[in-house]
Amino acid sequence: MRSSFTHRHAPWLFPAPAVALVAVIIVYPIAYTGWMSLHEWFASSLARPRFIGLGNYARILLGDPRFREAVVRTIYFTVLAVAAETVLGVAMALLFNREFWGRGLLRTLAILPMVATPTAIALVFVMMYHPTLGVANYLLTVVGLSGFRWTYSSQTALYAIAVVDVWQWTPLIMLIALAGLASLPREPYEAAHLDGASTWQAFWHITLPLLRPTIVVAILFRAIDALKTFDVIFVMTQGGPANATETINLLLFNQAFSYFNMGYASSMAVALFALVMGASLILIKARRTAAW
Amino acid sequence: MVRGSATRRWLGTAGFYALAVLFMLPTAFVFYWMLTLSLKPQVEATAFPPSFVRFTVTLAGYREVFTKYPFVLYTWNSLVVATGCTLLGLVVGLPAAYSIARWRQQRLAVVILVARIIPGIAYLIPWYIFFRSLRMVDTYGALILTHLIVGLPIIIWVMISFFEDVPADLADAALIDGCSHFGVFWRIALPLVKPGVVATAILSFVFSWNNFLFSVILAGRSTRTLPIAVYTMISYEEINWGTLAAAATLITLPVLLVALLAQRHIVTGLTFGAVKQ
Repeated sequence: MRSSFTHRHAPWLFPAPAVALVAVIIVYPIAYTGWMSLHEWFASSLARPRFIGLGNYARILLGDPRFREAVVRTIYFTVLAVAAETVLGVAMALLFNREFWGRGLLRTLAILPMVATPTAIALVFVMMYHPTLGVANYLLTVVGLSGFRWTYSSQTALYAIAVVDVWQWTPLIMLIALAGLASLPREPYEAAHLDGASTWQAFWHITLPLLRPTIVVAILFRAIDALKTFDVIFVMTQGGPANATETINLLLFNQAFSYFNMGYASSMAVALFALVMGASLILIKARRTAAW
Repeated sequence: MVRGSATRRWLGTAGFYALAVLFMLPTAFVFYWMLTLSLKPQVEATAFPPSFVRFTVTLAGYREVFTKYPFVLYTWNSLVVATGCTLLGLVVGLPAAYSIARWRQQRLAVVILVARIIPGIAYLIPWYIFFRSLRMVDTYGALILTHLIVGLPIIIWVMISFFEDVPADLADAALIDGCSHFGVFWRIALPLVKPGVVATAILSFVFSWNNFLFSVILAGRSTRTLPIAVYTMISYEEINWGTLAAAATLITLPVLLVALLAQRHIVTGLTFGAVKQ
């Protein structure tokens, strides 16, 4: 026996619990953050939030050099890390795109950094980066290079953290690119071979253009997450030394949970969201427009 | 001539494996280093030059983790939160994913996708204010609900791609036979996507287990999860590297093992179904 009411309305009864949950845990907080960004409010004081319109935005965009530096740093870190991951990941995918003994092992190994707890990984890198006792500097001296101060110096800290990101996420780009390579058609290669094209020409004129949409998807996912990097930076440097690794996320976290400056932090959260959204739209457009 | 080409092929293969090892060595080395550090006594963990293969094996680091810190409680907290988040996410997310796949509810799918893009910290500020006024900071409820912000979108999106593979004819035939929509979902679609449910559950569990941002603010003394525990160990200036490495190993080993069970679906989950393996 099926009741006709529930039967007719199944298409919205099925997702109803999820929609309700999403409304409560996702939509409501986002609206609240947007509304809060128009107020001045310290959660540590008893004073009520004061409506100041776009005051917070005027301040972060015009009057706060520290925020501007954080924006530049966030973008720089993302471009640096994602570029390195893309080049390395695609190179590895091209290398591993064949049958060989140990393929399964490779795949398993590639999965591990992506699922490992970031906090734990950050902790291991903290020990490896130690300027006098760390294994990183020891390995550098073995190959004849002088050591770095890694996360302990404001000059190298951002790069040292980018290395962790590259270590963790290059395998993702490799696996995505491998999936892309596996789905490429064979005919263009056969035709190119008949026309006497070299391996390099085939790569440049066939593989790369055909693979480009896949690579853009990979870059999209990486860029979204790299802009939002928090765990590793927070554990390793907390934004230091001398603010050298203070990205938007770190600055905003401190504004919200050290100074309890909730309105101001909310406006930064909206700005960060706009940045992530903007990057996503640019990449999605890049994937659609070009005649691939 | 024939011998020359055989030599060349052999060199090619050797070159390939040499490159493969070179590329994958850093990946393996960090895990190797974590594991060996955790087994070294303090003197050898901070010895310079460090020893790579020959060292005294001790479980002192692990013993210290459990005796100096309430690590059993932290592990229990992580388990409760990750399991709660995953179960609730499945109960709510599976019917939604089925519905989106079957009735092509694209707008709903887009909302879920946008939720994946929004920075977690934008949710955290209101949730902190909210839970503080409800006196719910440091409760499992607060952690499970916020972890769902990450878990639910993953569950729904990955499951959409699995439910889309269920033939529509099968569902239509069952409906004609008098089966209800819920019956089709429960008795026909769900058994067919069982491997997907397992993989999705594992993904959601791993994401919750690894979550740091929400827990660092919303977990307190009694609900502190493992990633937060490790973080506090560093801030206590814990200088015993063996202990730190033991803690890192204990946290990350369970997810590594669990993830291996779902390894074919990890990339699908991380790319929201955009890339299927």
